[in-house]
Amino acid sequence: MSDLTKLKIAEARDLLAKGELTARELTEAHIAAVEAADTLNAYIEKTPEIALKQADAADARIKAGDAASMTGIPVGIKDLFATKGVHTQACSHILDGFKPEYESTVTQNLWDDGAVMLGKLNMDEFAMGSSNETSYYGPVKNPWRAEGSNADFVPGGSSGGSVASVAGYAAMGATASDTGGSIRQPAAFTGTFGIKPTYGRCSRYGMVAFASSLDQAGTITRDVRDGAIMLESIAGFDPKDSTSVDIPVPNFEAALTGDIRGMKIGIPQEYHLAGMPGEIEALWHQGIEWVKAAGAEVVDINLPHTKYALPTYYIVAPAEASSNLARYDGVRYGLREAPENGALDEMYETTRAEGFGDEVKRRIMIGTYVLSAGYYDAYYLKAQKVRQLIADDFKRAFEKVDAILTPTAPSAAFAFGEKSDDPLAMYLNDVFTVPASLAGLPGSSIPAGLSANGLPLGLQVLGKAWDEETVLRVSGVIEEAAVFTSQPELWWR
Amino acid sequence: MSNIDKATVAKIARLARIKIEDQKLEPLAGELNNILGWVEQLSEVNTDNIEPMSSVVDAKLRWREDVVSDGDKADSVLKNAPNAEYGFFAVPKVIE
Amino acid sequence: MSSYRIQGATGDWEVVIGLEVHAQVISNAKLFSGASTEFGAEPNAQVSLVDAAMPGMLPTINGECVRQAVRTGLALGAQINKFSVFDRKNYFYADLPQGYQISQFKHPVVGEGTVTLDLEGGVSKGVGVERIHLEQDAGKSMHDQHPQFTYVDLNRSGVALMEIVSMPDMRSPDEAGAYLTKLRTILRYIGTCDGNMEQGSMRADVNVSVRKPGDPLGTRCEIKNVNSIRFVRQAIEVEARRQVDIIEAGGTIDQETRLFDPNKGETRSMRSKEEAHDYRYFPDPDLLPLEFDDAFIEAARESLPELPDEKKARFMEALGLNDYNASVLVAEKESSEFFETLVEALAKATKKDAAHIALKASNWLTGDLFGALNKAGKTIATSPVSAEQGAELLALVEDGTISGRIAKDVFEVMFETGKGAGSIVEEKGLKQVSDTGAIEAIIDEVIAANPGQLEQYRAGKDKLLGFFVGQVMKATQGKANPGVVNSLLKPKLDG
Ligand SMILES: [Mg+2]
Ligand SMILES: [Zn+2]
Repeated sequence: MSDLTKLKIAEARDLLAKGELTARELTEAHIAAVEAADTLNAYIEKTPEIALKQADAADARIKAGDAASMTGIPVGIKDLFATKGVHTQACSHILDGFKPEYESTVTQNLWDDGAVMLGKLNMDEFAMGSSNETSYYGPVKNPWRAEGSNADFVPGGSSGGSVASVAGYAAMGATASDTGGSIRQPAAFTGTFGIKPTYGRCSRYGMVAFASSLDQAGTITRDVRDGAIMLESIAGFDPKDSTSVDIPVPNFEAALTGDIRGMKIGIPQEYHLAGMPGEIEALWHQGIEWVKAAGAEVVDINLPHTKYALPTYYIVAPAEASSNLARYDGVRYGLREAPENGALDEMYETTRAEGFGDEVKRRIMIGTYVLSAGYYDAYYLKAQKVRQLIADDFKRAFEKVDAILTPTAPSAAFAFGEKSDDPLAMYLNDVFTVPASLAGLPGSSIPAGLSANGLPLGLQVLGKAWDEETVLRVSGVIEEAAVFTSQPELWWR
Repeated sequence: MSNIDKATVAKIARLARIKIEDQKLEPLAGELNNILGWVEQLSEVNTDNIEPMSSVVDAKLRWREDVVSDGDKADSVLKNAPNAEYGFFAVPKVIE
Repeated sequence: MSSYRIQGATGDWEVVIGLEVHAQVISNAKLFSGASTEFGAEPNAQVSLVDAAMPGMLPTINGECVRQAVRTGLALGAQINKFSVFDRKNYFYADLPQGYQISQFKHPVVGEGTVTLDLEGGVSKGVGVERIHLEQDAGKSMHDQHPQFTYVDLNRSGVALMEIVSMPDMRSPDEAGAYLTKLRTILRYIGTCDGNMEQGSMRADVNVSVRKPGDPLGTRCEIKNVNSIRFVRQAIEVEARRQVDIIEAGGTIDQETRLFDPNKGETRSMRSKEEAHDYRYFPDPDLLPLEFDDAFIEAARESLPELPDEKKARFMEALGLNDYNASVLVAEKESSEFFETLVEALAKATKKDAAHIALKASNWLTGDLFGALNKAGKTIATSPVSAEQGAELLALVEDGTISGRIAKDVFEVMFETGKGAGSIVEEKGLKQVSDTGAIEAIIDEVIAANPGQLEQYRAGKDKLLGFFVGQVMKATQGKANPGVVNSLLKPKLDG
């Protein structure tokens, strides 16, 4: 067979079922591809022994007629998800050597369905970043290069390893997480499909917390159908997470009917940013034409508080993070840096100074400040009120429309170092993704075109709470219309 | 509204238990002021009579049964400890 | 009641006291994890990965802890909040794994209530309860096990606590003591906390300030974690004195946290530890608001037993007990239960109305049994004489089988041996003699043996009747029925 790593999950599933392919073959091909992709720095820990064991178990299961959709499918796992006995450090120095004694619910769901773990994927430290430059393990390289150039680009973040492994044919799918856009923005930067479900759809149990009220697991795949398959596997109610909601998981793949006739698609006027690159604006218009052509009705809508989403996010997320990251203190796990004969407090201060990177420290500092005495009302409480207004905007809009269509990011992938010195410029990457995160809504990014210099661009589809099906259906229609057949050259192999 | 000076940065760093060298306080104050100055545009938004969001999910807190279903795994609890002795976590002495 | 005053150089000072009591909730599992709450396990054996704050671990709430807090609120006549919120209280400490304590700050589960104090001389006083909230306990740090290290055990980490915050309504060490005593009694009655201060399942933070009577409130100091009622009283005394001395010397009181040292009999500042506390409370995003309905509250209310104040009133009104006996009996749930069993068994044995025998039973219980238990260092729970056995003894007195005097001897043997009253009376032949013929014969013997006393009696020295009774009782080893002796002796002496 030709290059097995270019198969989609759905294709591989069907071949496995027909006995034309074994999970072992598929896994071995991927283990080799992972080895060959070291340059991308997508994997920070490879687990070929586990993969082969799982592959053999998958083959046995397929033979026994007991296969699920993900059985035998090799995937990568973002380092944010706890995997028992395997490197789980959220790509932070402060979790040095940490190997959990437990499994996250999201990954457990995958293993229960027979998926195969290739390894742990690079990410921005504690998922704080939009370019994967904050990882303790160094940045991930975008498999895509600009036309006629050998320069490296960022893969986006924080799920940089997830998108690079999938775009670089070193995983058929990858788990990812989205707090303010960490699935959708890197998906857009790498020509992959990313979906973040409704907050509460996937369990946060065993997922290293960044901002608890925003964090939500999701998937990166090479197309919409694969996203539907993999999301269905990881989703589901979990009593171990108080914010997990007890709602049945629909058959997401069945939602891909290709039919959006009569559907109302909202176009938020506030997303027409001043100074937005023409190619982004053009792509958006193209998307509008595609859904119109498919029979949907396009409706202008208003989300009046859009402008305030980013500042709201940069209060709420750091505040929660400052508290969530207090447990990294050198006492029970991870890094401990203690000056000789120093007291406990000195151990805390040194461990946390050396264990956290600059962006994480910056956010802990911001979060500590906005919660501190005298500032809580002005910052945190104010932000939670504005957040309510942002959620109300969406609620009102979704009374009129079934889905919302926007660009995913305000630009294509950028070069390393281009924005890392300016936190505010970096934060602006998430301008289109953050509002839905604040409202807990499902959203996707579909590869939809290329920039002038040949880098992928994405369109974002947002849906009502618990309506991932519509998000997937509209995504499928855009995917079909876009005929996005470009692929990165396999320059690293 | 915000005007974070060196001393404030030092105070926040102390609250957050992050050691920050003296010469880094000033630049950090600048960065934080930049970010906070930007988020302060929220003050433009009228939030009178708006309840702060308490949870993004429209659900009720579920209650657990009062049964002992966990524990008895000191080995797991201590497994990743930088220093554990006699079943305890050991930390640099706390001076009371 | 005379009011408590500190005598200063400038006159009398009044003490204002408020208490924050941390009471460990009785439940099988912890507040946010499934680990056990039991005492005395091996270090870190009762710790879940949630309690150890492993990355990605999340809290899920134990409904029983909520129910217990609501029951406590109801027992204090407090407002129950159907909507409350868990907040994070952020600070770093070795035995606080999350780096924050999950507590309730702005919206506690229980609002205002009252504790009624029973003070000396039958006086009562209401002390306001401001709130009760649920929160997690921390682990335990041991500083004296190793020269360089502090050892941390997380077995307590995450156990549910109720923080019961009083209003600054108390004005003397006695009132503070009475508050704690009464609160503990109530918690034990309803089974929401075992009230064991030595084991730390009930601990008090004491807020003390002083003022000239009638003046506005002074600056308060908080004395942390005082672990016995006696120490609470002592701490208040010395702290109030300290504050008066400072103010009278022209100084001012710094609002601060202090520690009581019972060995030195002083409080001292914990300022070093206190430095820059800013807890940065905010609602815990891992939890949703805590909500329940009226039916839940009503079910909690129905689960409450008769409370001590209600019980005391019933003991006095329906059973005719005096205030003292009733107070003593209701102070501990076990005592009141012992008493009720005793009365029931005694009523059954004597076929008499409970109201008829209850006072006698309470006298025996608060006098004889409590006295003996006290002397032996035992409690009602470890009493060698059961309520049923006590009833058997008292029934023997009631039906005239033994005299009250003999009953005391029989009780002593019961207390030592655990044997039943009936068998002791049988064994030792202590049955009261009421046979007139036998008693008459003894009376004749006694009169014959004491002619001098008989002469004096007949000459008008009436008091000698007692002497003759004593002689008769002595001759019968106390077994003669005193009523029969009296009725037979008098006519014979009178001739
Ligand atoms: Mg307190
Ligand atoms: Zn407390």
